[in-house]
Amino acid sequence: MIEVKNLKKSFGTNVVLKDINVTVKPQEVVVVIGPSGSGKSTFLRCINLLESITDGHVYIEGIDITDKKSDINKVRTEVGMVFQQFNLFPHKKVIENIMLAPMKVRNTSAEEARKKGLELLRKVGLEDKAEAYPDSLSGGQKQRVAIARALAMEPKIMLFDEPTSALDPEMVGEVLEVMKQLAKEGMTMVVVTHEMGFAKEVGDRVIFMDGGLIVEENVPNELFDYPKEERTKAFLSKVL
Amino acid sequence: MDIQWSILVEYAPFFLKGTLLTIGLSLAGILIGTILGLFIGLGKMMKNKFLSFPFGVYITLFRGTPMLVQIMLIHFAVVPLFTGGTNGIAAAILTLSLNSAAYIAEIFRAGIQSIDKGQMEAARSLGMTHVQAMRYVILPQAFKRMIPPLGNEFIVLIKESSLASLVAAPELMYWGRAMQGQYFRVWEPYITAALIYLLLTLSLSYVLSRLERRLATE
Repeated sequence: MIEVKNLKKSFGTNVVLKDINVTVKPQEVVVVIGPSGSGKSTFLRCINLLESITDGHVYIEGIDITDKKSDINKVRTEVGMVFQQFNLFPHKKVIENIMLAPMKVRNTSAEEARKKGLELLRKVGLEDKAEAYPDSLSGGQKQRVAIARALAMEPKIMLFDEPTSALDPEMVGEVLEVMKQLAKEGMTMVVVTHEMGFAKEVGDRVIFMDGGLIVEENVPNELFDYPKEERTKAFLSKVL
Repeated sequence: MDIQWSILVEYAPFFLKGTLLTIGLSLAGILIGTILGLFIGLGKMMKNKFLSFPFGVYITLFRGTPMLVQIMLIHFAVVPLFTGGTNGIAAAILTLSLNSAAYIAEIFRAGIQSIDKGQMEAARSLGMTHVQAMRYVILPQAFKRMIPPLGNEFIVLIKESSLASLVAAPELMYWGRAMQGQYFRVWEPYITAALIYLLLTLSLSYVLSRLERRLATE
């Protein structure tokens, strides 16, 4: 589903990703953890080419997105993304946020897009906020709208870039709940997060990154309870 | 300072015609300047330094030199170069448009760049092209922020259109100067012109503040 081969990324002389190799299978939930500055967000952003790739290849369902001939806009419709800062469109109502991309990119009719949008809002428990503007929502509600907006394109893969890091603690649960539900439904997910509980409960696999490298990866129980690498142990002792 | 009302009455039709031309020059300047400014602003934002460079030079030249110099150059040198003769109205419209385009380009650029880059990323991550993201996500938000500085620029433009009187375009200030020349009076023509300019700029700022308030509550 996702295949990352020898991915390297630098900003000028600053090397952020050194040599990343990851394969994500369909319906798998991969959780990426690591200290800040470890390159985990950059890695995630390379998967849908929000960051240009310095070297290496990223294949999404067999399509090499580093190939200039690939239609990146088409690939992106298959890869939903949820951001730490939500990035809802403040000039549009909640329902319009969700309807915009299906209508403009997929040429879905307004009627159908609205129907689908309301369905998704029901799924994230915000049907009554359809006509509200994002500014009037709490952080947790905004993030749930952002998830619904990404799902409106019916992506095959969902990327989550620290989706709960900008939230007040009491709102983290409602967002994680939606994500758990998605995982249960079989969505392929790559989640960068600091929520170790979520990683343990939902993750099929946990990747620990540090210094632009994958230090260790394993099933959650193994990685959290029996970390092999010193750096993993040091990190886990601080966060658990 | 005894006001001679009779000469004001005599000049009233001229002031009216002049006011209409002032409005026309300003509108033309605003319209052409806005369209040109949008393109120049987008040009200056291009990532390729060689392509964006000429747009930067354009903005520097028109913002860095007095409009009086620009209108003289355009009226006496540029327009004759292309048409073989002079035309005050054409020179005035050209100068106002080219000059305001430089300022408006910077207003557009600042407005677009003030939008959080997460907005573009979110739009692109949903599969929108760069143009779609600009059109449906970035520009509508940027436009709201551009209204106050654009309003300022339009008001400046109305006032600077008075420079057209120096190239014999018969606008408001031209008739003021004509009246002074004929009767050797200064209070009547210039107070009249000042009041009319004030009326024009106040009307425009009223319209703009209405527009701003309407967009703010949306």
